[in-house]
Amino acid sequence: MLYVSQLINALQLGSIYALVALGYSMVYGIIKLLNFAHGDVIMVGGYIALFSLTALAFPPVIAALITVAGCTLLAVIIEKLAYTPLRFAPRLSLLITAIGISILLQNLAQLIFTANPRSFPTQMLIPAGSITLGGIQLGFVPLITIFASLLSMAILTFLVQKTKLGKAMRAVSEDMGAAQLMGINVNTIITFTFALGAALAGVGALLYAAGYPRIEPTLGMMLGIKAFVAAVLGGIGSIPGAMVGGYLIALLEVLVISMGLSQWTDGAVFLILILVLMVRPTGIMGRIQMEKV
Amino acid sequence: MLKITNMNVYYGNIYAIKDVSFDVGEGEIVTLIGANGAGKSTILKTISGLLRSKTGSISFAGEEISHTASHTIVKRGLAHVPEGRRVFLQMSVKENLEMGHYTQPGGTMDERIAQVYDKFPRLKERRRQLAGTLSGGEQQMLAMGRALMSRPKLLMLDEPSMGLAPLLVEQIFEIIKELNAAGVTILLVEQNANMALAVAHRGYVLETGRIVTTDNAAALLQDDAVRKAYLGG
Repeated sequence: MLYVSQLINALQLGSIYALVALGYSMVYGIIKLLNFAHGDVIMVGGYIALFSLTALAFPPVIAALITVAGCTLLAVIIEKLAYTPLRFAPRLSLLITAIGISILLQNLAQLIFTANPRSFPTQMLIPAGSITLGGIQLGFVPLITIFASLLSMAILTFLVQKTKLGKAMRAVSEDMGAAQLMGINVNTIITFTFALGAALAGVGALLYAAGYPRIEPTLGMMLGIKAFVAAVLGGIGSIPGAMVGGYLIALLEVLVISMGLSQWTDGAVFLILILVLMVRPTGIMGRIQMEKV
Repeated sequence: MLKITNMNVYYGNIYAIKDVSFDVGEGEIVTLIGANGAGKSTILKTISGLLRSKTGSISFAGEEISHTASHTIVKRGLAHVPEGRRVFLQMSVKENLEMGHYTQPGGTMDERIAQVYDKFPRLKERRRQLAGTLSGGEQQMLAMGRALMSRPKLLMLDEPSMGLAPLLVEQIFEIIKELNAAGVTILLVEQNANMALAVAHRGYVLETGRIVTTDNAAALLQDDAVRKAYLGG
């Protein structure tokens, strides 16, 4: 019984890591940028969800839509203002800009919302309650988290595999020059990728706030970094890799906690990062990069 | 159909294309020949808008395209099969063809794919396979089929014979002739000057970024200097 409830914990946390890791991986796949502002977009999403539900008293579905739309819009604005002007700059400049945006968002949030954590009214989003299955109690929050994440990932997979824009996205991610020769507008595809990643981050923000109901300006930092490790473990640039990586990292964390070593969870995650980079930098599902001659 | 005037291209400090002017008439096969590094691919990339010329003009079908965004050029009827084929290796054969159709109205896709399969039956057999699993010759066919999906008026081919067995090279050149007979104008870049001049109407010889000779293909095949430099005596 204990194992099952631990497994549910891991699936709940892993679902969120997977959603966030997807945003890292897709953006990296397209423009080779580790978008370190991604976690902070989630933090902003947390505040949007909080105020939509409390101050504005919107019904849960409307608040959720506003959160997803807000994260998407924010990411597109960041891309247009901060990353597009650097399209032909060295990759390091882009990376440093991403870190700068991350710090900017955190400090803006601190200025506007203060550094004090606020508690998130989970029941206003997902009703309290549970179902009992074979003697195991399953809360609505983990159930909805797992279900909503799987649904989001299924929609994403459909978009990327079957639609014209999704196929163009894969083409750009593989060979930008050849994609341009096909008549694909690379800028549109890059914006589309950021928007898609941020929409998933919006879903992640809602589910994270519901499961771990404490909103503060630094919320996105550790979540973002762990999702990044998940993306690297799965193979950065790979969409199925990000999903697998997210669940594996969560499983590892829950395992470490259940051994009574909860203060070691972060350490264990970063140990995984170091090991992956040492032993198999392309991750579980990453493509082997062939040097172009 | 295509007229290049005073093209000058730099890679950083390297002066790669020096005051190149040439033209391709409707219905022609024109070839640019020259040694490795002479600047042949650079010229094609500049026409496609992947690189920019500092000066001069590129006019295609009567319109100036030297400042047009590269992704809009294919829509005007100018398709480019790049050096090294550059098919999307992680995508299926059919998906590669779909990408070639990206700028075209959706309703015509299945018909165009059927036409490409007619021309290259091997692609039909392998339509579900990832392009990365194809042989070099099949990838070349896919790259050409993908470019044909946009119904180009002018097709630019960069080293279509590269890395292929002699039998396959003949096959590819046969297809180039067929396409031309069907009304597609062709600009062909080749290191294999013998083959290129055998199918082309006219040729330009490029040496370190400059055009040094131009003539009818038959005359170039007889030209002593050209024979010595590019045709193995």
